[in-house]
Amino acid sequence: MAKVKIQGHASGTGILTVTAPNTSTDRTITLPDSTDTLIGAATTDALTTRINATGGRKNIVNNGAFQIAQRGTSSTVSGYGSVDRWKSVNNVGVTHTQEAITSGDAYDAGFRHAFKLTNTATVDTAASHYVSCYQYIEAQDLATSGWDYTDASSYITISFWIKSSVAGTYYVNPMTEDGTQKVYPQSFSLSAATWTKVEKSYPGHADLTFNNDTGRGMALHISPFYGTDFTSGVSTSAWSTYASGDRFPDFAQRWGSAGTGATWEITGVQLELGSVATDFEHRSYGEELALCQRYFQYGSTSSTYCGFSNGSSQAYFTLHLTTPLRTTPTLTRSGSGTRNWTAVKHNGNNNSTADPSVVTYEAGAVDMACRQTGHSGLSDMYATNLYTGSYYIIIDAEL
Amino acid sequence: MVITNAKYAEATKEENETKSIYATIDGVASSVPMDTANRHYAEILKQVADGDITIAEAD
Repeated sequence: MAKVKIQGHASGTGILTVTAPNTSTDRTITLPDSTDTLIGAATTDALTTRINATGGRKNIVNNGAFQIAQRGTSSTVSGYGSVDRWKSVNNVGVTHTQEAITSGDAYDAGFRHAFKLTNTATVDTAASHYVSCYQYIEAQDLATSGWDYTDASSYITISFWIKSSVAGTYYVNPMTEDGTQKVYPQSFSLSAATWTKVEKSYPGHADLTFNNDTGRGMALHISPFYGTDFTSGVSTSAWSTYASGDRFPDFAQRWGSAGTGATWEITGVQLELGSVATDFEHRSYGEELALCQRYFQYGSTSSTYCGFSNGSSQAYFTLHLTTPLRTTPTLTRSGSGTRNWTAVKHNGNNNSTADPSVVTYEAGAVDMACRQTGHSGLSDMYATNLYTGSYYIIIDAEL
Repeated sequence: MVITNAKYAEATKEENETKSIYATIDGVASSVPMDTANRHYAEILKQVADGDITIAEAD
């Protein structure tokens, strides 16, 4: 039989109390058989809190592992364009991509994709230059997350892997959107071209507001650079009120100032309840895709949408969705220039280049009434199908 | 967000109601629903209020 030894810590005077269960049945606590401990010495959370934090759906961020890129794997658009839910808004040239990870610490942690920014123009000395990288988090997902966000003793924690070609001090900054907008940039240091795990905890604050609605609740920034038009002496250890010129402290280095080709890669982004970063919640591709489709979906080329003619020029049709959208979406089509959709009617067909539009979308619905104008010669109230040809529908309900 | 060529879509037949705006957004021809929760419509309203763009009447 193993021995039981309880040895007091040399500097401690506290009393260790072991309470027997209030039952006649024996209970067993099995200790680790390696050098592991039941709870890490550096943490202060109760063991039950940590166990709860590691189980179930916990990551409030969508596409934190960047598996999903419905729009494409590379874009030079300032805004959404490559990986889902994340945007890079810039006023200097930047290409953003879904980058494959093939080795290194982030790979070993289970990540196969990153969001990568590469500047294609030099970030010069202009105070107005910025290169951003962030995700808008829906307000109701924060309001109902369990974070008692007006209580300074209640925490959320942000963790992520990051690698930059430019060493320096950077900031992770959750900018709130509802009520009095607040910022709280916390700094971290990077060595050049080295994957680094960053973990930062944020307490609640009496002035924080997250509406229980479908609007923007927070812009979670992990951005490489903002010029001095947007920076000041804003605190890195407390929530401050947002102003355009008070978003970040001054950046000590200008990412991208040495020329083109500076890189910024992030992956494994997790925002969770509690004051401790727990293991990343790896989701399947299908789960993550379904979460992203609340904000963006697209159809197929050569699809046919069923509907009817309304007057002689309008073809009404139904778009079926994979999941309800956040809100009534903007509709666009793939391709550019003159793009015909064909109304196939009982006695022939007719083309229109007009952009299709939403007639009605009811919140929570999985289909949507749409129309395309610009036809001619349709017969009122006849069954009419719309053939998409080479130009598929794009449905955008992003924040 | 660069918005050009903003124009109201023609009214729907049943309700005789204008429900969307055609616009070119960052170079992409789009139809934007007149729903303030839609980010493109919110931006159109902002740029109209700022005097940066106007919305043409429907054909």
